[in-house]
Amino acid sequence: MFISVNPWLSDFFKLMPAPAPILIFAIGNESRGDDAIAPLLLRRLAAWLDVEDIAERFELLEDFQLQVEHATDMAGRKLVLFIDAGLNTPAPYTFYRAQSNDSRTLFSHAITPEAVLATYRQVYQQASPPAFVLCVRGERFELGAPPSPEAEQRMDLAMGFLQELMQKTEASFWEDRNTTTR
Amino acid sequence: MTNIIDNLETATHPENLRRVAIDPVSRVEGHGKVTLLLDENDRIHQVRLHIVEFRGFEKFIQGRPYWEAPVMVQRLCGICPVSHHIAASKAMDMIVGATLTPTAEKVRRLMHYGQILQSHALHFFHLCSPDLLFGFDSDVAKRNIVGIAAAYPEIAKQGVLLRKYGQEVIRVTAGKRIHGTGSIPGGVNKNVSIEERDYLLKDIEQIIAWSRDAVGIVRNLFEQNLDLYNNFGRFDTHTLNLVREDGAMDLYHGGLRARDMDGNTLFDHYDYSHYWDVILEDVKSWSYMKFPFLRSLGPEQGWYRVGPLTRVTQCDFIPTPLAEQARQEFLAFNNGSAAGATLGFHWARMIEMLHSAEQIRELLLDPDLQGTDLVSKGQRQERGVGVIEAPRGTLIHHYKVDEHDQIIRCNLIVSTTHNNQAMNEGIRQVARQYLDGRKLTEGLLNHIEVAIRAFDPCLSCATHALGKMPLEVELLDAEGSMLSTLSRSADGVFS
Repeated sequence: MFISVNPWLSDFFKLMPAPAPILIFAIGNESRGDDAIAPLLLRRLAAWLDVEDIAERFELLEDFQLQVEHATDMAGRKLVLFIDAGLNTPAPYTFYRAQSNDSRTLFSHAITPEAVLATYRQVYQQASPPAFVLCVRGERFELGAPPSPEAEQRMDLAMGFLQELMQKTEASFWEDRNTTTR
Repeated sequence: MTNIIDNLETATHPENLRRVAIDPVSRVEGHGKVTLLLDENDRIHQVRLHIVEFRGFEKFIQGRPYWEAPVMVQRLCGICPVSHHIAASKAMDMIVGATLTPTAEKVRRLMHYGQILQSHALHFFHLCSPDLLFGFDSDVAKRNIVGIAAAYPEIAKQGVLLRKYGQEVIRVTAGKRIHGTGSIPGGVNKNVSIEERDYLLKDIEQIIAWSRDAVGIVRNLFEQNLDLYNNFGRFDTHTLNLVREDGAMDLYHGGLRARDMDGNTLFDHYDYSHYWDVILEDVKSWSYMKFPFLRSLGPEQGWYRVGPLTRVTQCDFIPTPLAEQARQEFLAFNNGSAAGATLGFHWARMIEMLHSAEQIRELLLDPDLQGTDLVSKGQRQERGVGVIEAPRGTLIHHYKVDEHDQIIRCNLIVSTTHNNQAMNEGIRQVARQYLDGRKLTEGLLNHIEVAIRAFDPCLSCATHALGKMPLEVELLDAEGSMLSTLSRSADGVFS
């Protein structure tokens, strides 16, 4: 009843340029208050990577929300980082390694980083590259609102943390920076 | 049409009833909630779907220069930003007095059909297939996409890759994956190069083949459980959709067609630039979302349904061969029973996905895509209306612009708003069929969600934040005191 997917899958990516080893997703909508945290951080990070002359090692992607096709962006990467804003996140931010979680499911038009990893395994039949989540606490998410003062302060702290991570892009080093086990 | 007061919308004596709320809080602004009022014998007296519609956009866009609208509106919705991008562009075409060049219109059409393809693929393969393939009240631990991946691995993969292909069409035509700037007032700002065309052409036959298979999957589901699929949440309704001048399905442009539930045409090929002469919006005290209705029938009788099921059944034909063949088979199935079924939405949606894939191939082979005449303009107007058939149904953008080029008024009627009353009717029918007089279980409550999901409502408005709860069920006594609560997180974990 169902046709094979694999020949097309391999061809589809032949025309894709070789991916940068480090992929950084920023998830959020910059017109919605603190949902702008990740896009704004990504912009600051891009400028800093240019100054440091290491930008070619990174691909920076921004989207409003995560969906299944983002799994295909992870192929061929050494490390993946998801930056997001969180409502119930301990301030100023949390940083942890995301685990593909088969008990987690897709119920809405947006999915979690863990579900993206699970999708990767479904599509490629192998574990995803090591993936981490930097979640910065936000306070308000109304359309048209600017980032809150608290978010501005947390972005400063998160930016310093990101610079640390970018200077040593090793999964083991990032694991050691996990804030949830400190 | 039956009186909706007697139709589970409002209970006669709500004070003596207990209340159950199904509260899917999928986003900060956009969320829906279902409330049911039951008596001591679990008989249902009232069912309401409340959707907290996002209404702040009109204010957000006021004071902006009109040429910003096609980009700014994409921040309204993270689910279908391209639909808003194109609808706003069409409205701005009127503002600048433009008649699109062939290249501009075809690039926009390609973008739009890419959006339809990826949206329908996501909905069927990832949001609905767990219910459809495992059963509405099957083991909740299995009833998810992970369960689908285990039992039907090819389906799960195809869903991802169909979605990815549609996103690639959008990237090529809009210039970027998000915040696309491809469509502008009066045209587009880029064409499709030969390299981009060939990149997309390479895989289109596979996309068409998978789309045909998807149509076959839904047909099989109907054949295997005819009674359920024909009757689940079934109700009679008027319809509204765009059609081309010759009556063909056209998801990008056309005139408005409305038919009553007996198939009589109320108006046809109506110029949507004066939509307010045929469509008005009502309000109800219990919902923030408006209730559009056909003006000639009035607010109580004039509600209608939009979206794939309406478009496939109410167009005269689909102008691509495989999708038209699929439409004919759909209409003929079991003497036409599927065409009026709420679950017929899924079949119709896959026919539209096949049509979109065929349209993409046809457009990619059109040399106009490589044209260089991209923008036109004419006599400046103060008002612009743009209407398209978005993945979920008719989408209306309406703007007024002052002499300083600033937007001073805006009105949007999104697809989910058009379907507000129709979704309420659907879940009331499901409540009558499956819940009335029975002890509520997760599986039974999921029947309500299945009916809502058939419409593919857009409850999300682009805010993404970890930690929100998409589903809460509250059981309260007659005094409103909480008896128990059940929450399901965004990743599906119950607590």
